[in-house]
Amino acid sequence: MTTQALMPKTGIRYWPGRVLRGIGRFLKLMSRNKTGFAGFLIFIFFVLMTTVGTLFVPEVTKADINAIYAPPTWEHPLGNDSQGKDILSQIVHGGRDILQMALLTGIISTFIGVSLGSLSALIGGGFDAFLSMLADIWLTIPRFPLLAVLATLVKLDNMIYLALLLSVLSWAGLYRSIRAQVFSIKERDYIEAATALDLGMWHIIFSEVLPNMLSYIAISFTFGMTSAIYAQVGLVFLGLVPLTRNWGVMINLAWTQGAIFFKDSIYFIMAPVTAIALFQLSIVWMSRSLEEIFNPRLRTG
Amino acid sequence: MNAGSGEYLIEARNLVRMFGARRERVTAVDDVSFGIRQGEVVCLVGESGCGKTTTGKMITGLLKPTSGQVFYAGKSVWTPRGDKGEDFKTYRLGVQIIHQDPYASLNPSHTIYKILSTPLLHHKFVANTYEALDRVIELLNIVGLSPVEDFLYKYPHQLSGGQRQRVSVARALTVNPRVIVADEAVSMVDVSIRVGLLNMMADLKRNLGVTYLFITHDLAVAKFFAWEGRIAVMYVGSIVEFASTPQLINDPLHPYSKALLAAVPEADPELTRSKKRVELRSQDIPSLLALPSGCRFHPRCPYFEPGLCDVKRPELLPVGENRYVACHIAAREAGAPT
Amino acid sequence: MEKQSSVPLTVEDLWVEYQIERGVVKAVRGVSLSLVKGESLALIGESGCGKTTLGVALIRLLVQAARITRGEITYWRDNKGIDVLSLKERELRRFRWRECAMVFQSALNAFNPVLRIWDQILDTSKAHGGMSTSQVRERAMQLLEYVQLDPKRVIDAYPHELSGGMRQRVLLAMSLLLDPQVLILDEPTTALDILTQRTIIDLLRRLKEEIGFAMLFISHDLATAAELADRVATMYAGSIVELGPVDDIFYRPAHPYTLGLIRAVPTVTGEFEALVSIPGAPPDLVDPPPGCKFHPRCPYVTEQCRVEEPQLKTHYSETHSVACFNVQRVQQDTLDLQERYAKYAGGKAS
Ligand SMILES: Nc1ncnc2c1ncn2[C@@H]1O[C@H](COP(=O)(O)OP(=O)(O)OP(=O)(O)O)[C@@H](O)[C@H]1O
Ligand SMILES: Nc1ncnc2c1ncn2[C@@H]1O[C@H](COP(=O)(O)OP(=O)(O)OP(=O)(O)O)[C@@H](O)[C@H]1O
Ligand code: SF4
Ligand SMILES: [Mg+2]
Ligand SMILES: [Mg+2]
Repeated sequence: MTTQALMPKTGIRYWPGRVLRGIGRFLKLMSRNKTGFAGFLIFIFFVLMTTVGTLFVPEVTKADINAIYAPPTWEHPLGNDSQGKDILSQIVHGGRDILQMALLTGIISTFIGVSLGSLSALIGGGFDAFLSMLADIWLTIPRFPLLAVLATLVKLDNMIYLALLLSVLSWAGLYRSIRAQVFSIKERDYIEAATALDLGMWHIIFSEVLPNMLSYIAISFTFGMTSAIYAQVGLVFLGLVPLTRNWGVMINLAWTQGAIFFKDSIYFIMAPVTAIALFQLSIVWMSRSLEEIFNPRLRTG
Repeated sequence: MNAGSGEYLIEARNLVRMFGARRERVTAVDDVSFGIRQGEVVCLVGESGCGKTTTGKMITGLLKPTSGQVFYAGKSVWTPRGDKGEDFKTYRLGVQIIHQDPYASLNPSHTIYKILSTPLLHHKFVANTYEALDRVIELLNIVGLSPVEDFLYKYPHQLSGGQRQRVSVARALTVNPRVIVADEAVSMVDVSIRVGLLNMMADLKRNLGVTYLFITHDLAVAKFFAWEGRIAVMYVGSIVEFASTPQLINDPLHPYSKALLAAVPEADPELTRSKKRVELRSQDIPSLLALPSGCRFHPRCPYFEPGLCDVKRPELLPVGENRYVACHIAAREAGAPT
Repeated sequence: MEKQSSVPLTVEDLWVEYQIERGVVKAVRGVSLSLVKGESLALIGESGCGKTTLGVALIRLLVQAARITRGEITYWRDNKGIDVLSLKERELRRFRWRECAMVFQSALNAFNPVLRIWDQILDTSKAHGGMSTSQVRERAMQLLEYVQLDPKRVIDAYPHELSGGMRQRVLLAMSLLLDPQVLILDEPTTALDILTQRTIIDLLRRLKEEIGFAMLFISHDLATAAELADRVATMYAGSIVELGPVDDIFYRPAHPYTLGLIRAVPTVTGEFEALVSIPGAPPDLVDPPPGCKFHPRCPYVTEQCRVEEPQLKTHYSETHSVACFNVQRVQQDTLDLQERYAKYAGGKAS
C-alpha cells in the first residue's frame, strides 16, 4: 500500500461531500438512541412548524364571535379561543419567539459558561478564586424573582435583550460545572503528555480539552434552553414582558378569561401548555442522543 | 554550582519537592541526587508513595523542584529564580514521559494518526501532511504496530492496553527525545504482552540510543529491563541504595533492599519456597506527616542500632565503585569512609 | 463416600454468559473443577479471561446481565450434596458466607467509608444470621488478632484510617467470621506493595494450613500462584486449558499458553534470563476464533487446532490435565525447566 493511499480523506476540496457525509453520520449516531432520536424528530418538527409552517398557516388577527370556543373541526383542528380565533394558527405563530430566544440564550450562556469556566480552571490562582467566589454568591440569589423585578425596570420587548439577561443571570451554575470538568480533564495524563511535547496552551485548550467536553457542553446547552423557556413563559404569563404572539401569552389569556372554569375552553389552555411541554421534552430527549454523538468512544466512523 | 557534571546526560542534584501548605506540608521527595549517562537505563524502584512519580515528573520538567537542580546535557534546567532556563525548549522536547495508565494517556477524541502527526507538524519536524504520514508510518513500525493501516485511523478505545502503550511510546518518539521517563509503563499491561513491550523499548535504546529513567515497583521487571544499567531503591522520599543491577539484585546492601528482595514471590515454586525471608520489626509504613527520626527505616529495620540509627540520618555514601548506600550499618560493614 | 468429605465443592461443565449490546460474551465455557479441603487452587490467566466471573458464579453472585447457561455446582457437607444452582434466595444467603465466602477483587474499596469496622462486621454477620452481638464481637476480636492486627485499635477504626494491607486483612478476618468451608479470594494481593503483599501471602498460607479450608485463589500473578498454590489451573478465553499440581505446571507445563506465561515472567533472584513474549492479544469473547481459542497466538499450531477445540485430557499423571493437541512437542521445549526442577529435587534428596 502506498503512502498516498493511507492519507486521511479530508481534503478541503471535497467539502460538499464532507458536509453530506457529516450529516449522514450525524443522523446515524442520532438514531442510535431511540428516545434521543424521537426527541430530535419532535424538535425538528417544532423548528419547521415555527418557520416554514408560518407560511402555510395564515395568522388570524380578526375575532369571530360565531366561533367562540368552537370545538375542533377539520378547518380548525385545535378549535377556537375565547375570541373565536383559530388556536392552531396561534400555536404555529406563537412558537417562533420562544424557539429563537431559547436557542439564543442557550448559545450565549454556554459561551459565557465555557469561556469563564475553562479560563478559570486553566489560569487558576487569584483569577480562579475570585470568579469562584463571585459564582458562589451569585448562586445564592433567587433567579426568577430577580428576573421579574428586572423585567419591570427594563423594557424587555426585544428578544435579544431578554436572551442576554437570562444568560447573564444563569452564568454561575454553568461556570461551576464547566470549571470542575476542565479541572478533571486537566489532570489527565494526555494533557501532561501534550505539555511535555510542548504543544502550547491553545492546542491544549482547543484540541485536547474541549473535544472531550463536547457532550458535556451540549448537555449544558440544552439545559440552558429549557430553563430559558420556563423563564420566558413565566415572564410572559405574568405579563412582565410585552410580547403578543407567544404561547405564554396564550396561557395568560386563557387564564385571565377564566379558561379553567369552562369545559369548552380546554383546547385553548391545553394547546400552548402541551406545546411547551412537548418542546421541552424534545430538548431533554434530544440531549440523550447528543451525549452519545459527542462521546468519542462511540465515534468509530 | 550552575553546571552539571559532564558525565551525565540528565542529572538530579539534591532534588526536594514538597506538597501542601502549613501543617499538611509533606516532603514527597527529599534530597534525591543521581545521574544517568547517555544510553543508560536507570531504574527507580520502591513502594507506593515513596516519591517515584514525583521524581520522574521533576526530571521531565513537569513539576518544579521546591529546591535542588535538574541538569540536562550539562545545563541547568531552571534558573536560580525558578524560571525556565535558556535551553528549556531543547530540554522540554529532549525528555519525554510515558505514563502508567494506557487508558488515560491518549486523548480519546483523536485518531492515532492525529495523535502522532500533531507534534510532528507543530514543531515542523515535517514540512507537510504527506511527510507527516511517512513519519507516522515509520514510527508505528518502530513501536511494532503493524500492519500500520490497521492502526492509523483507529481511536484509542479501539486498541488494547498494550497497543495503546505502544502508541504512547511512538508519540514520545515524534520529537526525537534523548531521554524517556517511563513511569510504570508496563504495570497495567498483561503479563503475556508485557515482555514484548519491554523488548520494544529496549530496542529503542539499542537502535536510537534512548536513555531511560524507568520507574517501577516490580523488581522482576526492573531486573529484566535494567540488567545492564543501574537501580536506585527509594524509601519514603529518598534513595537508600544505588548500584548496578546485578549487584543490587544479587547482593543488596541496604536492609530495606534486602527486605524487598527477600519478600518478592518468585514465579518458580522451588525458588520461592526456599527463599530466606527478612523479618521486619514493624509492618507500618511511616506517614510523610510523621517521619521517624534518624534513618527513616529504623522502626522497621532488623539491623537497627539504638543510639545511632534513630539519631543520625545516614547519607548516601559511596561504597565501592559506582555503588552507594544510605545506611550506617551497611556502610560500616562495606568499609565506607565516614 | 470418603472422597466427598474432603471435596467440599465440585463444578461440572459450567457455562456463563454476559448479554451485552454487541452480543453474548462467553465468559466461562465448560469449566469443571473440584476444590479440596486444606488445599489451594490457583486460577491464573490474563485480564478478561473469565476468572472473576467463574469465582462469582460459584457463589451465584453474578450481575443481572450474566446467566449460567449450563452446568452443575455441587456443595458437599456431611456427605450430602447440595445443588447450588437450585438454591432459593434465602438458602443462598446462608450458603454465601457460612459455607462459601468470597473476598472480592478491588476489595479495598469494599468498605463503607462512613461506618466503623465493627459496624461493618456486625452488618455482615446479621445479614447471614446465627450469632448474638457479643458472640460476634468476641469472634471478630479473635480473628483480627489471628490476622495479626491489633483488634482494639482496628475494630473501632474507620476504613480510611487503615492501610491497604490492614484493610485486606480485615476483609480476610470478616470472611472467616462464619467458619466457611470454602474461601474464594479474587486477586487478594494485587494492589498491595511488596512488603505488605508478603504479610498477606504468609497469612494466607498459615490460614490454609491451620484452618484447612478449601481455597480458590484467583490471580494473574504467576509468582503469587507459585508460592501459594497446591494446584494451578490456567484459564484462557473462558476455559481451563491446563490443570495440575503446582510443580507440574511450573516445571513441565504441557499447554503452550502456560509455557508462554512462564517464559514471559522473569524471576528476581539469579542471572539474567531472556524472556519471550506471547505474540498477539487475547481473543474477543463475543466472537472467539474457531478451534482452539489459543491457536492464533500459538507457536505449535497445526491444522487440527484451527478447526477442532481440544478437550482437557490427563497427561503425565491422573492429576495433571491439559487441553492441547500438540502436547508432545510442547513437552520437548520444557526440558530446561524440567532440568531446573531435577536440580532442585536432587538437592532436596541429598
Ligand atoms: N499533587 C500532589 N499533591 C499532594 N501530595 C502529592 C501530590 N503528588 C504526590 N503527592 C504525595 O507525594 C508522595 C509521593 O507520591 P508519588 O506519586 O511520587 O509516589 P510513587 O512512588 O510514584 O507512588 P506509586 O507507586 O503509588 O505511583 C505521596 O505521599 C503522595 O501522596
Ligand atoms: N458485567 C459485565 N457485563 C458484560 N461483560 C462482562 C461483565 N463482567 C465481565 N464481563 C466480560 O466477561 C469477561 C470475563 O471477565 P472477568 O471479569 O471474569 O475477567 P477476569 O479474568 O477476572 O479479568 P481481570 O483479571 O481483569 O479481573 C470479559 O471479557 C469481560 O469483558
Ligand atoms: S491446541 Fe494447538 S493451538 Fe491450541 S494450544 Fe495446543 S498447539 Fe496451540
Ligand atoms: Mg507513581
Ligand atoms: Mg477479575
